[in-house]
Amino acid sequence: MENFRWRKNKDILARWLCLGMVVLAIVPLASVLFDLTIKGFGGLNWAFFTEMPKPVGESGGGMANAFAGSAILVGLSCAFGIPVGVLGGVYLAEFGENALGKAVRFAADVMSGVPSITVGIFVYTVIVLSMRRFSAIAGGVALAILMLPTVMRTTEELLRLVPDTLREAGLALGIPKWRVILGVVLRTGAPGIATGIMLAVARAAGETAPLLFTAFGSNFLALKLDQPVGSLPVQIYTYAVSPYEEWHRQAWAAALSLVLLVLILNILARVLTRQPGKQGR
Amino acid sequence: MLTLLETTTMEERPMTQPPTFAAPTARAEPTAAPVAPSVKMQTEALCAWFGKNKVLQGISLPILEKRVTALIGPSGCGKSTFIRCLNRLHEVIPGAKMDGRVLLDNEDVYVRGMDPVGLRRRVGMVFQRPNPFPTLSIRDNVLAGWKLAGLRPKDPDTLVEKALNQAALWNEVKDSLNRNGASLSGGQQQRLCIARALALEPEVLLMDEPCSALDPIATAKVEELIHELGQKYTIVIVTHSMQQAARVSHHTAFLYMGDLVEYNATDALFTRPADRRTEDYITGRFG
Ligand SMILES: Nc1ncnc2c1ncn2[C@@H]1O[C@H](COP(=O)(O)OP(=O)(O)O)[C@@H](O)[C@H]1O
Ligand SMILES: [Mg+2]
Repeated sequence: MENFRWRKNKDILARWLCLGMVVLAIVPLASVLFDLTIKGFGGLNWAFFTEMPKPVGESGGGMANAFAGSAILVGLSCAFGIPVGVLGGVYLAEFGENALGKAVRFAADVMSGVPSITVGIFVYTVIVLSMRRFSAIAGGVALAILMLPTVMRTTEELLRLVPDTLREAGLALGIPKWRVILGVVLRTGAPGIATGIMLAVARAAGETAPLLFTAFGSNFLALKLDQPVGSLPVQIYTYAVSPYEEWHRQAWAAALSLVLLVLILNILARVLTRQPGKQGR
Repeated sequence: MLTLLETTTMEERPMTQPPTFAAPTARAEPTAAPVAPSVKMQTEALCAWFGKNKVLQGISLPILEKRVTALIGPSGCGKSTFIRCLNRLHEVIPGAKMDGRVLLDNEDVYVRGMDPVGLRRRVGMVFQRPNPFPTLSIRDNVLAGWKLAGLRPKDPDTLVEKALNQAALWNEVKDSLNRNGASLSGGQQQRLCIARALALEPEVLLMDEPCSALDPIATAKVEELIHELGQKYTIVIVTHSMQQAARVSHHTAFLYMGDLVEYNATDALFTRPADRRTEDYITGRFG
């Protein structure tokens, strides 16, 4: 009996311990979001999204440069990263049972653990130094490299989930293998792959370190790809470490917008993974 | 002797079967037919391996034109491997090899430089488990062999209707052609897969245990269908149901451990098996 009570107490103890840890984990997360909302919400208005920064001392103005810059950078990184990542994943899943496949898989796994600043330095030496200037392209490449492992491995994993019976169904209809891969295999895995891409983009959109010495930052509405561009994370960093009250306020607002952006991407990813209703197209 | 009973009593109780399902009269056809059917496909000393495991030991089998040929035998004896050699689907499995010859209209389909893609359009296949493309509508599933290959049929609507009609599915789906192919029942999915194969107007149709994942009613439908298609197409059907072989086929081949033990007109094979192993198998003494 004594034994039973002790075990029951252990059970209760363990349960409370787990609950305690969950609370501990949620508190910082929730307070970050809470703090962000309180401090950032006031700064969100139309001008914040559409107007350029005002010189120090003047109040008002916005961060149109950073929003446009982030859009350009994310767009570029998608343009570089998605085709390479998806097709690389296709190679791994469909043809990757060899030494090259193993090597690429290993490299991708290592790359996904490499600190993002390292990627920034790499792109700095390879692209920025040879172009002799910071540029949107360099930033896009840095973000693309960061996205690559995730996109490639997600694509591979999802294509592996596509049953071989579908590949054989396609081949048995006299469809060439490459068309079976594009029309059947990739298409069947597409919702999941899109999710993986969204998550990778969401992560890239928030990266600061690799942009510091690639896209650099700009207070102008730079739309040329070979010029430095601003971006939300870098702008937040610059404003947050500045001594100006007005800039702090805007940094909070920018941070909140960034979180909202990531949130939207994540929600989009979830909607995409939800299997389309069997009644659907 | 259970199978013998099955096949002989069929004729005595035709009322229990759908009218088009009058297999017994059709089964008499090969002998009654005025012209002997020609050989559509022929294998010669066909051997096949998975890695080092030799699963076909040299099979020579004719496949007669516009006839239904059934392959029976205990599971693992190589039936699937055999028909997958006929449309060169065996070679897509890593480590799979084959040797010997497979002739289609007297031409070797394994001859160097021959493209398996073209062969597979002439020799269609239906698999054990229904495998419609889950991302495509019913209509697009039927057209998959065209569209996914980058080809455009001249009159897709007619083609879809014709293929679905041949597969006895048209009446059930004609109002919902845009529904997802995966939303159909198992039996309907299998008939959709048959329609998909027929839309290419193949010369030969290979069917690998097409009813094993279906319930009895769906099975009866598909069997009836095979019987009808047998008048127009050359069909090879794998089955481990001897009753099914007796019901739908003109000729039957018994495979055992990678060897062809016996090949004969279905009636003869079931009533007067020549080999001891065939007799043991059809009387259910092993399997
Ligand atoms: N993909 C495969 N890899 C390795 N061995 C296989 C594979 N498929 C079948 N085999 C082997 O080949 C033999 C014949 O298989 P199969 O042709 O599928 O038989 P059946 O269709 O008559 O049941 C079996 O012994 C099986 O273990
Ligand atoms: Mg089989």
